[in-house]
Amino acid sequence: MSTASVDTGLPAPAAPAGDAERAAQRERFALLRSSKTFLVGAGILGIFVICAIFGEALAPDDPYATNPLNDLAAPSSDHWFGTDRVGRDVFSRVIVGARDILVVAPAATLLGTVIGTALGLITGYYRGAVDDVVSRVIDAFLAIPVVILGILAITALGPSNLTVIIVIGVVFAPVIARTVRAAVLQEREMEYVAAAQLRNEKAPYVMFAEILPNVMGPVMVEFTVRLGYAVFTVATLSFLGFGIQPPAPDWGVQVYEHYGLISGGYWWPVLFPALAIGILVIAVNMIADGIAKAFER
Amino acid sequence: MAGFIGKRLVLSLITLLLLSIIVFVGSQVLPGDVGRNILGPFADQQAVDALNEQLGANESLISQYLDWIGGVLTLDMGDSLAFRRPVQEVLGDALVNSAKLALLAFIIVVPLSIAGGVYAALREGSTRDRLISLGGLSATAVPDFVWAVLLILVFSLVLGILPATATAPPESGFFTQVEYLILPAFCLVFVLFGYIARMARAGTIEALDADYTRTAVIKGLPQRTVVRRHVLRNSLLPTIAVIATQCGYLIGGLLVIETIFNYQGIGQSLFRAAQEKDFPLLQSGVMIVGIVYLVATLLADIAYSVLNPRVRLAQES
Repeated sequence: MSTASVDTGLPAPAAPAGDAERAAQRERFALLRSSKTFLVGAGILGIFVICAIFGEALAPDDPYATNPLNDLAAPSSDHWFGTDRVGRDVFSRVIVGARDILVVAPAATLLGTVIGTALGLITGYYRGAVDDVVSRVIDAFLAIPVVILGILAITALGPSNLTVIIVIGVVFAPVIARTVRAAVLQEREMEYVAAAQLRNEKAPYVMFAEILPNVMGPVMVEFTVRLGYAVFTVATLSFLGFGIQPPAPDWGVQVYEHYGLISGGYWWPVLFPALAIGILVIAVNMIADGIAKAFER
Repeated sequence: MAGFIGKRLVLSLITLLLLSIIVFVGSQVLPGDVGRNILGPFADQQAVDALNEQLGANESLISQYLDWIGGVLTLDMGDSLAFRRPVQEVLGDALVNSAKLALLAFIIVVPLSIAGGVYAALREGSTRDRLISLGGLSATAVPDFVWAVLLILVFSLVLGILPATATAPPESGFFTQVEYLILPAFCLVFVLFGYIARMARAGTIEALDADYTRTAVIKGLPQRTVVRRHVLRNSLLPTIAVIATQCGYLIGGLLVIETIFNYQGIGQSLFRAAQEKDFPLLQSGVMIVGIVYLVATLLADIAYSVLNPRVRLAQES
């Protein structure tokens, strides 16, 4: 820790660019380590990741085992969160339910970030006609709420985890492209870009090897912010029956299967998975908040 | 001014055209054999052919597209397969219902979130500011269906003071209808609050920092006057733009909320259309949602430039 405070001082003026970059990096990590919001969010996410990886080993019961003789049993010492409408243990299903969403949401965000960053680099670098055309298409995509676009595409393609990843990735790409484009518009006026162009570097090289490393900050921030939205969207699509499919113990699916029973007094198969979604989304947003503050000083 | 509006109008029309192509590709090209997709893998081939014939799925893509978009423009969108009524009738009724719910949500959330945001900004860095900002962020981040089940659990099941469905009995009066819409409206309020409050807070902090505010303070105006005459006027402008663009989100949120509360609005209609593979209703419905969103953003842009003298005068000169 003591070295970090030394490094946060101004880098020596003669230091090569690499050192200054590394110092800035270290300063960002120091900022993150001291951010309570970030640490709490990362801690909660860590617990969910452990649930996702070791799910069955941690769960007291088999999350898929039905028991028609013991359906909709209220929470007790046997079943901490009660049992669902076919007698499955809700606590075990909440633990294992972390898995699908923690695979699908980050994968979709990653896909969206890759496509969006590429689009943003191209539109920001070329500007002109390419930019105009792509920007209009992006506007058109943004005119439809994500959930509705997702449902339209999944109705057409049929639901599966892979479809959900592709659909959310494609839908998120325009938003990310916009942010990256704005950053590229600033960067392309820099001298290092002019220098690369004078060296006769090819456009793809200038975009991906010269400009991209300098816009990684906004890209990182955008990734974590979008990850929060992706968890939101995956959970919502699953809840609507258009995302992760039963019998997977996904949280959205659990709420979907049981919310009709609330008025009958059976609150436990709904409340616990709903709380799990809420806590996960808030944790991801806390992490995003911390990272945004560390990158945008 | 007229030139600015004209340019925005043309851009919106181009966006609308692209949107219609995206919706068309999504609903008629991607599924491949539309009739087979609707009727399922075990349906009789003759029935599939007949349905394709009825839907015009055998014609060329271009004539299908022109047929459909012509129908949307002349308000003749064919028959809904799920509701067995003309699509425009289903969508018309649904839009009225959704507008009621959305209006109630906006009436609650706009004053609440602007007040919250300005209050937080005036106490920037305090515990209350952190509470409003973090609370708003969390409320916005949590999916609306999670809020819906939590609110139903508390107010309907535990306290028993509000109904768990949104559809009031037929012929019920204004206040009964409002009572039925309160829970669904509050789900939307939770999600919108953080977003609008954050904008109002950021705008107010920026205005508080500005030179003209310092001048107003230095010339001895009381704080109340400074805030009302100098700060709010500048800080609320971006907030207005954000509120209008939230209309788009709102319709996505309505899909979830209306489904949970069993309310026959645009969201539930789209959801049923998707569930029952009612492509005529689905594609026209999504198109209408896009049109509503684009009109709302266009109006917001115009309102912003009319209200902001800097933009207004720059356009004129």
